[in-house]
Amino acid sequence: MIAALSQNTVNLAYLVAAVCFVVGIRMLSSPRTARVGNVVSAAGMIVAIVFTLLLESVDRYAFVLAGIAIGATIGAVGARTVRMTAMPQMVALLNGAGGGAAAGVAIAEFDRLTRFGGTPPGETAAAIVTSTVLGGLTLAGSVVAFGKLQELIRGRPIVFPGQQVVNALVFSAAVALAVISAPAGETWLLGLAFVVAAVFGVLFVLPIGGADMPVVIALLNAFSGLGAVGAGFVLDNNALIIGGALVGASGTLLTLLMAKAMNRSVANVLFGAFGQIQTSLGERGEVEGTVRATTPHDVAVQLSYSRKVIIVPGYGMAVAQAQHDIGALADLLAEQGVDVKYAIHPVAGRMPGHMNVLLAEAQVPYSQLYEMERINPEFPQADVALVIGANDVTNPAANTDPASPIYGMPILEVDKAASVVVLKRSMNPGFSGIDNDLYLDPKTTMLFGDARESVLHLITAMKDQ
Amino acid sequence: MDVLLAIELTILVLAAFLGFEVISKVPAMLHTPLMSGANFIHGIVIVGAILVLGKADDTFTRVVGLLALALATANVVGGWFVTDRMLGMFKRRPEPPRKDDA
Repeated sequence: MIAALSQNTVNLAYLVAAVCFVVGIRMLSSPRTARVGNVVSAAGMIVAIVFTLLLESVDRYAFVLAGIAIGATIGAVGARTVRMTAMPQMVALLNGAGGGAAAGVAIAEFDRLTRFGGTPPGETAAAIVTSTVLGGLTLAGSVVAFGKLQELIRGRPIVFPGQQVVNALVFSAAVALAVISAPAGETWLLGLAFVVAAVFGVLFVLPIGGADMPVVIALLNAFSGLGAVGAGFVLDNNALIIGGALVGASGTLLTLLMAKAMNRSVANVLFGAFGQIQTSLGERGEVEGTVRATTPHDVAVQLSYSRKVIIVPGYGMAVAQAQHDIGALADLLAEQGVDVKYAIHPVAGRMPGHMNVLLAEAQVPYSQLYEMERINPEFPQADVALVIGANDVTNPAANTDPASPIYGMPILEVDKAASVVVLKRSMNPGFSGIDNDLYLDPKTTMLFGDARESVLHLITAMKDQ
Repeated sequence: MDVLLAIELTILVLAAFLGFEVISKVPAMLHTPLMSGANFIHGIVIVGAILVLGKADDTFTRVVGLLALALATANVVGGWFVTDRMLGMFKRRPEPPRKDDA
């Protein structure tokens, strides 16, 4: 024991930590102050950790330091080596780690409380149930989300008949096991509840398609926060309650924002299995029209003679790692006097803010990035809308076709531009499996190929002129 | 309901409202760093893991506590560095030169 601080002193340190977290998040409201805000949050975390280590009850330092060393190594190596395009996967894994830790805390504390035949008091038991079940489902759900984003698991929705009944039963079983473990005082029952909750996590995320990932990641973020809140109630620890509540609020808010950007309820995203709707509708008449393929040279000429070009990036940009070359192309256009802007749809990509991060990596000034509401009125004045790997967020059917599954979803109105150039790998429909009539529009031309290679060809063609 | 639980619920509800207020001011542009920053903050569960492991005196709680602490620390360290890396990219850069119409 190095020094023995009273619980009261440590609680005051937790108050300092909580203030740091709130100020840190507050400073995220502007890119200028955001990085310092992150440092402020870190200061709060360090205060909380150091004072906890000095608590009288903490004295197994060898184990504690071992755990911190292992975790810190994994975290630091992971965070430094992950590519910006893999950020959604990274965030998913971090959600899972936090959820798993919360469950671990609850299970270990349960075991301590019941070691000598005791049972936890009612409110502690309720908190243990909450963090074990939420933790198990967040951990496993995040791993599946990671697998989907890393393309280890099919991104398309995976569905089977009676799925929702099965899911509901599995979830109920997890909760029931956790609840009966308390009066029984049996840790293995709680452990089983954790495992069953993990099975539910897998079943829960598997049917959700790739395009709906922004909602899922935000929701798992909220769950991991609530898991921490639960652990806070288990240990009567204010730092965990406040920190968890902040994260729960953030995750909930993002979940609602993402669902709103798709004009769907959260329930519909989670239980609707997007791709299914389209197939069950059957063929809604063969689509008429022809697709016009074009060449990099023609697009280069078209772009050079434009006054205003709006670039619309999507997940395809992330897959092809094309952000740097797109930035270079935009600079080249700007040098020729073309007005270049980027249109960012809230659910473009696989997590909230995905496109912004990639374009920031490519050093695109954020003054050129426009959110949907601000850029939509500008499409009618644009000579070219350059769509790079975006699909569903540009589909005019969302405005015009009540039979379309995405009808009512706010979209980037690229079809209002004088002409549209779409960079796309092939004519395969997007992740949601919905046809995009934009590609058949007479003013649309398609430049097929990997987004990055196409952009590089464009740059070469522009320089050759 | 005992006094402590009532106080804790009060803290929870007020913190949630505060969270909503503060987070709703974060621009969409920074939503990814917000999420990874939130990831970092729920790493506060590290405190819980330290408390559990710090008084663990049998193999089961030691193993579970060690796992929890390693996960929580990975969460804290990973979440912070990733957020810092992303925010470091949101630097302002001089606007690209515009050529006047010739």
